[in-house]
Amino acid sequence: MTLSLLSATLAGFGQTFMTRTGKISFNATTPGSPEKIEGINNEVATIIDAKTGNIVFQLPVKSFKFEKELMQEHFNENYMESDKFPRSEFKGNITNMNEVYFTKDGTYKANVTGKLTMHGVTKDVTVPGTITIAGSSLKASARFTIKLQDYGINVPGMVADKVAKDAIIKLESDLEKK
Amino acid sequence: MRKIIVLSVLFSLTINTLFAQADSLMAMLNSGNQSQKKEIVTATFKATRIIDGNSIENLGSGVLDFRISHRFGDLNQGSTNFFGLDNATTRIGLDYGITSWLMIGLGHSTLNKENDGFAKIKLLKQRINGTPVSISYAGSISVQTTPAPSLPAGETWEYTNRLYYTNQLLIARKFSNKFSLQIAPTIVHYNLVDSTKFSNNTIAIGIGGRIKVSHRIAITGEYYYRITNADLLVNGQPTYNALSVGIDIETGGHVFQLMFTNSQGLTDRTFIGQTTDSWGKGSLHFGFNISRVFTIIKPKEFQGTGSGW
Repeated sequence: MTLSLLSATLAGFGQTFMTRTGKISFNATTPGSPEKIEGINNEVATIIDAKTGNIVFQLPVKSFKFEKELMQEHFNENYMESDKFPRSEFKGNITNMNEVYFTKDGTYKANVTGKLTMHGVTKDVTVPGTITIAGSSLKASARFTIKLQDYGINVPGMVADKVAKDAIIKLESDLEKK
Repeated sequence: MRKIIVLSVLFSLTINTLFAQADSLMAMLNSGNQSQKKEIVTATFKATRIIDGNSIENLGSGVLDFRISHRFGDLNQGSTNFFGLDNATTRIGLDYGITSWLMIGLGHSTLNKENDGFAKIKLLKQRINGTPVSISYAGSISVQTTPAPSLPAGETWEYTNRLYYTNQLLIARKFSNKFSLQIAPTIVHYNLVDSTKFSNNTIAIGIGGRIKVSHRIAITGEYYYRITNADLLVNGQPTYNALSVGIDIETGGHVFQLMFTNSQGLTDRTFIGQTTDSWGKGSLHFGFNISRVFTIIKPKEFQGTGSGW
């Protein structure tokens, strides 16, 4: 039993799936707000290791695009302080590896646990996601909510009718086997 | 007992290996990052003007900026003129970002009934741990549309007498999140000046800066020092270098700029070369710029159907 455990962990990088153009979008709009507070980032670098179930992703914060350019400037200058914290990242792994078959085409529910680092703060998160395999392509998607306050992001009272205290985060990435 | 120790050591090795593997995956991502270009510095100034003059900031592509600028009359005028409120000059303008590096603008001022147009082009961008400054070019043409003066018979008032041209190189550096500085070598060309003893060209160097005091408020200052043609007279009056101090206040969609300045002119050629009031005499003007931006062309990520939240 111990031997098989060792061999499983020390198997190394058998297969990894990777992309540098994954997509993460967020929505932090207060209900009834006249303006949408939504940003889209298409430069999320993601790696999923099929052997170990490790998932990492990293994104440049200044690559979040907004419908209004001024909103992008406020996002970087006032909320995310992107000059101080230029990258956000996630390090974690799939906890139900026995239910995800990376070599068999199909759609699988993947439960992911790990550490999300944003605005200089690291917090544990658990995210339910979906992995779809089609040959050497992997589609990963996930949706979860975070409290902005947990990451030290303050929403001043002046904009509380537009910017919500929680942000819904959506991840949609197409990865290719390396 | 020994079996438990061996198992727990193996278990912790496993966990450490798992995290070590996550770290080495992250290292794989990071090594790819090294080859990427150094990050561009953004938001050197909060607006496309420092106070009266251009800043190196451009409008984004597809963004329209509606601007109203007001300079009240001389504070020295006392209560009969409501401390200058009754003698204000105004400029209304529309600026538009054609691409991320090219913007144009049009405006009309009440002073001298002047129409102006300008273009600003980004030439170089400051980068973190890279290029030390941002450089832009700004050029403007303005037309004074006041009625032609009556001239003695036989003389004609050329249309070109009404034209003025300004060319500027804007060089700015964001030293920190709180402090930015810009210098602007400038040439203003006056097709017509009051007398042959004055040059048609005023060469000046502008210096402007801002200090951020909070996320939404900054203190600004601007000074244009004329290297040549400082003795230019306007209607027989001496001219002075333009000096302004102000505050920028930013709300959701607006930027409000409040200032005290000795220039009542709102176009490059008037405030840079033809300011007839001076701080020394206490003839100051209180004024403001209001800027409201509209997105005309949405960024490509937002075009098309709804976001599906």
